[in-house]
Amino acid sequence: MSKTGHLFVSADPEKCVGCRICEYICSFEHNGVFNPLRSRIRVVRIYPTINLAITCRLCEDAPCVKACPRDALTQSEENGAIIVDEDKCNGCGWCIEACDFGALTLDPDKKIVMVCDLCSHREDKKPQCVEWCPEEALSLTNRVILAQKARIDAVEKLFKAMLPE
Amino acid sequence: MASLSLRRWGLEGIFLYGYAGRILKVNLSRKTYKTEPLSEEFARKYVGGAGFGIKMLLDEQPPGIDPFDPENPLIFAVGPLAGTMAPTSGKYAAFAKSPESNFLGEGYSTGFFGPELKRAGYDILVIKGKSEKPIYLWIDDDSIQFMDARHIWGKTTWETETMIREELGDYYIRIATIGPAGEKLVRVASIINDHWRAVGRTGLGAVMGSKNLKAVAVRGSHDVEVADPDGLKEHCAELYEEMSKSPKTAKYRTLGTPANVIPLNEAAALPTRNYQSATFEGAELVSGEYLNEHFVVKIQGCEACPMRCEHIALIQEGPWKGTAARIPYEPLMAFGPYCGVDRLEGVIKAKELCDKYGVDAISTGIIIGFAMECFERGLIDEKDTGGLELRFGNYEAMVAMVEKIALRKDIGDVLAEGVKRASEKIGKGSEEFASHIKGVETTGYDLRGLKTCALGYAVSRRGADHQRHGSYGHDLSGKVDRFKVEKGRGRLVMEDEDVYCIFDALIICKFSRRLWDYERMARIYREVTGIPMTGKELRKVGERISNLGRLYNIREGLTRKDDHLPPRVMNLPIPSGVAKGSYVSQEELDFLLDDYYSTRGWTREGVPTIEKLKELGLEEYTYIVEPKLKREAEK
Repeated sequence: MSKTGHLFVSADPEKCVGCRICEYICSFEHNGVFNPLRSRIRVVRIYPTINLAITCRLCEDAPCVKACPRDALTQSEENGAIIVDEDKCNGCGWCIEACDFGALTLDPDKKIVMVCDLCSHREDKKPQCVEWCPEEALSLTNRVILAQKARIDAVEKLFKAMLPE
Repeated sequence: MASLSLRRWGLEGIFLYGYAGRILKVNLSRKTYKTEPLSEEFARKYVGGAGFGIKMLLDEQPPGIDPFDPENPLIFAVGPLAGTMAPTSGKYAAFAKSPESNFLGEGYSTGFFGPELKRAGYDILVIKGKSEKPIYLWIDDDSIQFMDARHIWGKTTWETETMIREELGDYYIRIATIGPAGEKLVRVASIINDHWRAVGRTGLGAVMGSKNLKAVAVRGSHDVEVADPDGLKEHCAELYEEMSKSPKTAKYRTLGTPANVIPLNEAAALPTRNYQSATFEGAELVSGEYLNEHFVVKIQGCEACPMRCEHIALIQEGPWKGTAARIPYEPLMAFGPYCGVDRLEGVIKAKELCDKYGVDAISTGIIIGFAMECFERGLIDEKDTGGLELRFGNYEAMVAMVEKIALRKDIGDVLAEGVKRASEKIGKGSEEFASHIKGVETTGYDLRGLKTCALGYAVSRRGADHQRHGSYGHDLSGKVDRFKVEKGRGRLVMEDEDVYCIFDALIICKFSRRLWDYERMARIYREVTGIPMTGKELRKVGERISNLGRLYNIREGLTRKDDHLPPRVMNLPIPSGVAKGSYVSQEELDFLLDDYYSTRGWTREGVPTIEKLKELGLEEYTYIVEPKLKREAEK
């Protein structure tokens, strides 16, 4: 684990437009078909104007891992992604309940848990939702970087009048 | 173990990439349903959307029936691209005999409903019959249920959506519903899905209401598979790049369609005060620029759209604080200039009510503009309006009138019939300023100084309409002299119509039209379906669909005189602005129609010939044209 924490896919609510292209590309990348139920990132729209794509945030000391009574989930030391042992998981759903973000879902065919794997099967290791988001609303980031951005935004707003055009 | 693949799960021997491969036919009277396979031959011949819908309507509807007859089929159709990542493919269409025109009823909507229907396993849904009690249809993949809707009857579209989702316990269920207006058979009633996306035009919500069908709720779990995944991905990468960055789509991504207000006003092509004028002195205050600066709080997107154009306007102070609505150009025109209103709060509030009550915002605005003129001329008074001072510019009265029309209160009961029928009832010469074609209210282009566009409107299969041809483009771009009629305009309109048929068959969004030609459309069709298709063949499909629409309308009684223009377009020259003095004379209209019909290979009366039907593979509809051709020959 790097010093600044694991990188995960995060959506900027200001930029997300709720188009669900991330869901399409996720299912396409992993299964070669289009189906939001197979997507590991899901979009929530609350009318009139709230849109946000949500996926696994790679929590430290992840509650999903702790919740699993069969020790089917582990967190990768390398990149922090949640790894599902398909032989051990029986789809009981304790981990789904434990996740505050609804980031885990059941694979509709296998009925075992699936979760964002950061597209680690790819040679380039690039999460495809981030690559394809037309709004550049998704980014591979971590808490430290998010905090930095928030800090800079806040200061910019505070001193807006003083910034050069 | 259950599988989600349409291929493994599908009907024996029938698997089509892209398509779901099935037609669902529901009978509400008997509470029965059946599925039928969608053949590859049918798919290739009619492609989807408009092609499927008009074909099914021709075949499923007994000729000449009343639109409120239970046998009038309400048809939903998606295209081959729905449910894939093909950009702007998240659309669906609905069809029935229109209670406004008694001709083809047709409308398109986006949002999230269409792809869900595809994933449930259906390309086409045909709903016939009439339920004894209010119900809603619950399509959960293969499970079709007729659900009691008595507790939802009377609710707004927004309440309905929430109630059904809560009742069925799934946030991601998609719902197409009518509001109180559809229940009350308001002839301009819409079908609303996903909060504010609408099948707006031609009164299909009233057909749904006549069936006691409150809503269609869908949940689909099946995969959509494509024939050439790598090819499609590569193509989509190009398209996404262009759609999200190219100047060809910039208008929709920035100001949105309300960007039209200022240029149309400058061109004296902005229908104002019930077509009394083509320029509006308050244009600045209802412009796209003003709207975006003062009201738009978010631009969001429909399913699988990298262009995203949904401009959400929010009223941030005053009595209507908190009102949010999706504001494109057309309703803005109808509730703005057309009603002489320069207060965007009024436009936003009126639009919100249209979505909630389920009425077409364009038609409703045009109807109110008509009623305002009736009021100012003393043809109706405050007794009729329930005390409203219904004058041009009175935005509060306008907003109150939306509700009266949707709920058929006071004069709203008469106006709910649309301007054609309302003007016949009110009489006293009001027919002369009722703005409609084939009973369907006009839209946001003043036709008097846009003569190619005027032809497109006159012959549009669903009545007054810019969306079947987009021919205003030639006039406004200066490609042709917009004040003149001449040979060749017929060809322009025909070509526009045929390519628009393919947009409506695939179904993709016309806001992306500058990125597409037949070749590119054929390419994405092949990538998705694997069915061999060339640009040339697709052009033929477009012509086939155009002719199908004509055949349907002719069967329901259409003649040359139904390809008309509103009286004002022909009798009242534009009073001021750069188009001052322009109007379309009867001679000009006749010239345009002759040119168009002959280019289409139709007779002088606008009837497709038997040779044309053969050429297009539509011989089975010879029965429609034969008696007409005989009569014409005898003349």
